[in-house]
Amino acid sequence: MSLFLALAGRTARLSLRAGGGAYSGLVFFLSVVAVVPFGVGPDMPLLARIGPAMLWIAALLATLLGLDRLFQDDRDDGSLDHLILSGMPLELVVLAKAIGHWLATGLPLVIGTPVFGLILGLNANAIGLVALTLLLGTPALTLIGTIGAALITAMRRGGLVVAVLVLPFTIPVLIFGVGTVSGALGSGGAGTPLMILAALSLASLVLAPIAAAAALRAALD
Amino acid sequence: MTQLDVSDLAVERGGRLILSDVSFVLRAGELIVLTGLNGAGKSTLLRAVAGLLPRSEGAIRLVPDEPPMAEACHYFGHLDALKPSLSVADNLGLWTRVAGAPGLAVEEALARIGLDALADLPAAYLSAGQRRRVGFARLLLVRRPIWLLDEPTSALDTEAEQVFGALLGQHLASGGSAIVATHRPLPIEAATVLRLGAGGIA
Repeated sequence: MSLFLALAGRTARLSLRAGGGAYSGLVFFLSVVAVVPFGVGPDMPLLARIGPAMLWIAALLATLLGLDRLFQDDRDDGSLDHLILSGMPLELVVLAKAIGHWLATGLPLVIGTPVFGLILGLNANAIGLVALTLLLGTPALTLIGTIGAALITAMRRGGLVVAVLVLPFTIPVLIFGVGTVSGALGSGGAGTPLMILAALSLASLVLAPIAAAAALRAALD
Repeated sequence: MTQLDVSDLAVERGGRLILSDVSFVLRAGELIVLTGLNGAGKSTLLRAVAGLLPRSEGAIRLVPDEPPMAEACHYFGHLDALKPSLSVADNLGLWTRVAGAPGLAVEEALARIGLDALADLPAAYLSAGQRRRVGFARLLLVRRPIWLLDEPTSALDTEAEQVFGALLGQHLASGGSAIVATHRPLPIEAATVLRLGAGGIA
């Protein structure tokens, strides 16, 4: 257990250090959100209506952006060998790294959402809902992404490959994340999509480490 | 006291048979030196024994068969597993938590290899030889009976080579065993010298 926590903490710390990539996701998120009003024009009702979806899409892309180095760095410097021999199951190694990565890249998006929501002219209610759904949904995005990150571990410059590989599998998370917000603001009701969103996160919490560990084992060579 | 039995080991990489019919026994307290030309399969053999490469045939057995191989061996390869932005002590900190009998604290281990003054320095500033030495310190953090060392003395100065010799000597004297792949003479007499040639033991 102490190795698990230490590995999660170290992954978060390395990600937050210079060159670690945690900030690039946040800056990317901000850039997308800041550009949207210029493209859409100064139509506040329209912005408010598409705002939650824009925030979700920006968060989705920002999450996928930083995933490619998750296992590659450890493979390149030999740490992965020692983690495989650490006595902790590889599934837990994956989970610890995913948690550390989410703390450094996913959580800042959730925390930044109120500020970015203001840029899109969202009201307090909508901002709260987007932040809540991102808090529930970004773990699923990161966890699904770890499978892609594990698959491209042996590849050079796999950044875009991860995004393309993982994107189709993250669409349900996007649908139910945005669906919760629009359901709560409109008339559809938010209960069902919210529960499905939570279920997606819980299911990927269990399944993604198993799949990613299998991918890492297959890449041993 | 752990004994390692390797029998009829064969390893393929990229569809090519690198090793076949490799058999040897490593008893507690023994040192096996692996020699052979570049590409003879020394690193492949060490990685296969550690379980970092799948083997296509043969068996690798520990007597007694506890703990599992992954927890019984320390692998020391060409890569030093150092994160440039973390300090030397922080880098080693993680490896005090892996499975195995508790060994030395990070400061003690660094003192043993003569790098205690550099504990707070980011690993990015270490020289090639110093990085190897930090790798030796990792071997001391958790006690595991079998050391698998891949060219441990490359990039070392003569003083560091002696430090390494002393560490290896103590490990063997306390009942541990080691397989060392090397091109250079070691400061310690080996029980067995395995010379790898094309595809197996020459």
